[in-house]
Amino acid sequence: MFGPLTVKPSESKGDKTGSWRTLVRPHYLHKDCIACRMCLLICPEGCVSGKEKNAFSVNYTYCKGCGLCADICPKKDIAMVPEEQKSEEK
Amino acid sequence: MENSPLFKSGHTACAGCGQAIAARLVIEAAGPNTIVANNTGCLEVFSTKYPETAWGVPWIHSLFENSAAVASGIEAALIYLGKKATTNVIAQGGDGSTGDIGLQALSGMLERGHDILYVCYDNEAYMNTGVQRSGLTPFDTNTTTSPSGKISSGNIRPKKPVPEICNAHGIPYVATASAGFPQDLSRKVKKAFTIKGPKYIQVHVPCPLGWRHESNQMLPVAKLAVETGLYPLFEYENGILVNRKQITPKPVEEYLKSQGRFKHLLNSPEEIKKIQEIADNNIKKYGLKVEA
Amino acid sequence: MKEFVEGSHAIAQIIKACQPGVISAYPITPQTHIVEDLAQMVSNGELGSQFVNVESEHSAASVVLGGSATGVRVYTATSSQGLFYMQEVVFNIAGMRLPVVMTCANRAVSAPINIWNDQQDSISLRDSGWIQIYAENNQEAVDFHLIAYRLAEDKRVMLPVMVCMDGFILTHGMETLDLPEQDKVDKFLPKYNPLYKLDPADPISMGLLADPDYYMETRFAIQETMKSSIDYLSEISGQFNAVFGRDYKDLLIEEYQTKDAEKVIVAMGSVCGTIKEVVDEQRSKGKKVGLLRIIAFRPFPYARIYEALKHVSKIAVLDKAVSLGAYAPIAVEMKAAFYGKKKAPQVISSFVAGLGGRDITLESVREIFRRLSAKEVNSDFIDLKPELLKEEYGK
Repeated sequence: MFGPLTVKPSESKGDKTGSWRTLVRPHYLHKDCIACRMCLLICPEGCVSGKEKNAFSVNYTYCKGCGLCADICPKKDIAMVPEEQKSEEK
Repeated sequence: MENSPLFKSGHTACAGCGQAIAARLVIEAAGPNTIVANNTGCLEVFSTKYPETAWGVPWIHSLFENSAAVASGIEAALIYLGKKATTNVIAQGGDGSTGDIGLQALSGMLERGHDILYVCYDNEAYMNTGVQRSGLTPFDTNTTTSPSGKISSGNIRPKKPVPEICNAHGIPYVATASAGFPQDLSRKVKKAFTIKGPKYIQVHVPCPLGWRHESNQMLPVAKLAVETGLYPLFEYENGILVNRKQITPKPVEEYLKSQGRFKHLLNSPEEIKKIQEIADNNIKKYGLKVEA
Repeated sequence: MKEFVEGSHAIAQIIKACQPGVISAYPITPQTHIVEDLAQMVSNGELGSQFVNVESEHSAASVVLGGSATGVRVYTATSSQGLFYMQEVVFNIAGMRLPVVMTCANRAVSAPINIWNDQQDSISLRDSGWIQIYAENNQEAVDFHLIAYRLAEDKRVMLPVMVCMDGFILTHGMETLDLPEQDKVDKFLPKYNPLYKLDPADPISMGLLADPDYYMETRFAIQETMKSSIDYLSEISGQFNAVFGRDYKDLLIEEYQTKDAEKVIVAMGSVCGTIKEVVDEQRSKGKKVGLLRIIAFRPFPYARIYEALKHVSKIAVLDKAVSLGAYAPIAVEMKAAFYGKKKAPQVISSFVAGLGGRDITLESVREIFRRLSAKEVNSDFIDLKPELLKEEYGK
């Protein structure tokens, strides 16, 4: 039967919103990170992951480049850098 | 690679959306044994466009104004099934669907004493339809239906005090929070689920599109709302103020000049004075000022 | 189990036997006796349902929507303005394919405010995606609720069902009824086993946004299910007859003295009892008249009706509702049933009667047969008071 339109989360891949980025992207410097997790907490996409110091990373498939992770980082260990060639992400 | 299995990447919120941050923090704090009923609005549209969903928990959207009633039915069914003790229920929506068109359903849910957390994501206008004025739009805000003009400074009425309205129902927990204070929001959600009965949390969520600030300015804007006294963060338990975030108040002008929706006020000291009075009243009413 | 009982009390009894997990309702005359009884049963501990007293019909429908989505059987009842206030949720429940069962105690709609019976309320929601069945008497009203759950929860269907019973005439009428015994109910109506539900053990999202790529197929799917439900109604009525010893043919239509009839009235609901009396009276005088009673208004049984009436020369359609500015609702369907067909009645005349509780008497029915002539009429009002119509506003 078609119609109830239910979706299991495991079947949803989501939109590849990383394609929205036009100007800048976050670059994790991995120098002064204290693993405070603030970048992970504030990311509207929930696309930051990591547990240990200097080991956090962004999933560029979804990152929209809003820059909130760089803004909240108390150690200024995330820099917003000009968007490079998309091919590098693959 | 997924960081948040309960509110997944790949939703289509605007870059820097305060509501997306808050919604993820709320569901992460609530945990996987949670059922969510969601009103129509930005959050519903950007997180569940068929055949995609951002939600890793059972989630339902019915209509614009009825999440509180749908959640009431979910809670009743869980009690019938003997599963209520192990399942959290959240009803949620934006400021318009909570405080305007959904106020009756919300009031019914609170009055009936359902064991449900209601979360209002307050971005202070109908953003999903294009930034129209809601009952929770602040005084003098420029929206598409309360535009500033030759004889008007924008929205002519102050913000509807929905947390106070909820408090008047005699419910056990009412709190405000902000996307600018993520740990505080998580703590309040976790605390809410230790309390049985109806709970209400209203989260201030900046909207870069509707408030007209840059995507990367979400944090300073959200923080200024709190630090000026315009958006006090507090907690009520059984009608008693038990906690508030104390501030060294900043002038409201700093907050107003951070957003395009208040730009028309910057050369009107008279209007800024009126808004400063709103902040001053909040500071007095909730005892926000840090004592020297 | 024979009992002399008020219609509403009998409905409460059968709902109790169906054991819904969640009941929610908001009081409106003439629905009140049903939900008052259910509330008392819950209060007495005889019924284990969660009874949610809501602040409006909009929330009553929303509560049962939420309960149904969580995987339990649910029940609500309303009438008139209450149904209209629910309307948004009524459409939503059908679109979400939730097997909610509702009683509509049929009542006129405002303005002017009027608490008495006609069928304007449920008929106005005919496009909502709910299956609608109309009872003639309280025995049917009782039986139809059982059948409604069985049909709604059938995995081939998964659509809500509205059991329509004329307000006051049935809801407040006393009859001796055969109330189904619990063991037979359990035999006929298995425990509800949802196809989809909100459950943290296996999470799903429900009620998603469907853009132009997906929306149309959801509506098509309901339309197809409605068409198939014509067969399911026949099938389920047969199973019902087997368990309860009744004699329902197919729950689509009832043919009463139509086989050789020249003139037939088509009607729906309790008025059919009155019409049958007139048919008997006219038959005793040798007049070839009959009644075709519509039971299922949605899905509308066009093919069954065509077969039943293709030989009849004159049909009078009696509507207890109007579509202001157009043909009356049942009349529209009747004309559609014969349009472009090889055989068709010479005349399909349309009559409107009984609005706002105006009595439809034996004489009213005789008048309809008299007016059913070679000249077709449309939305001809029966039993109007000409003296009232002479009054002019402002003079």
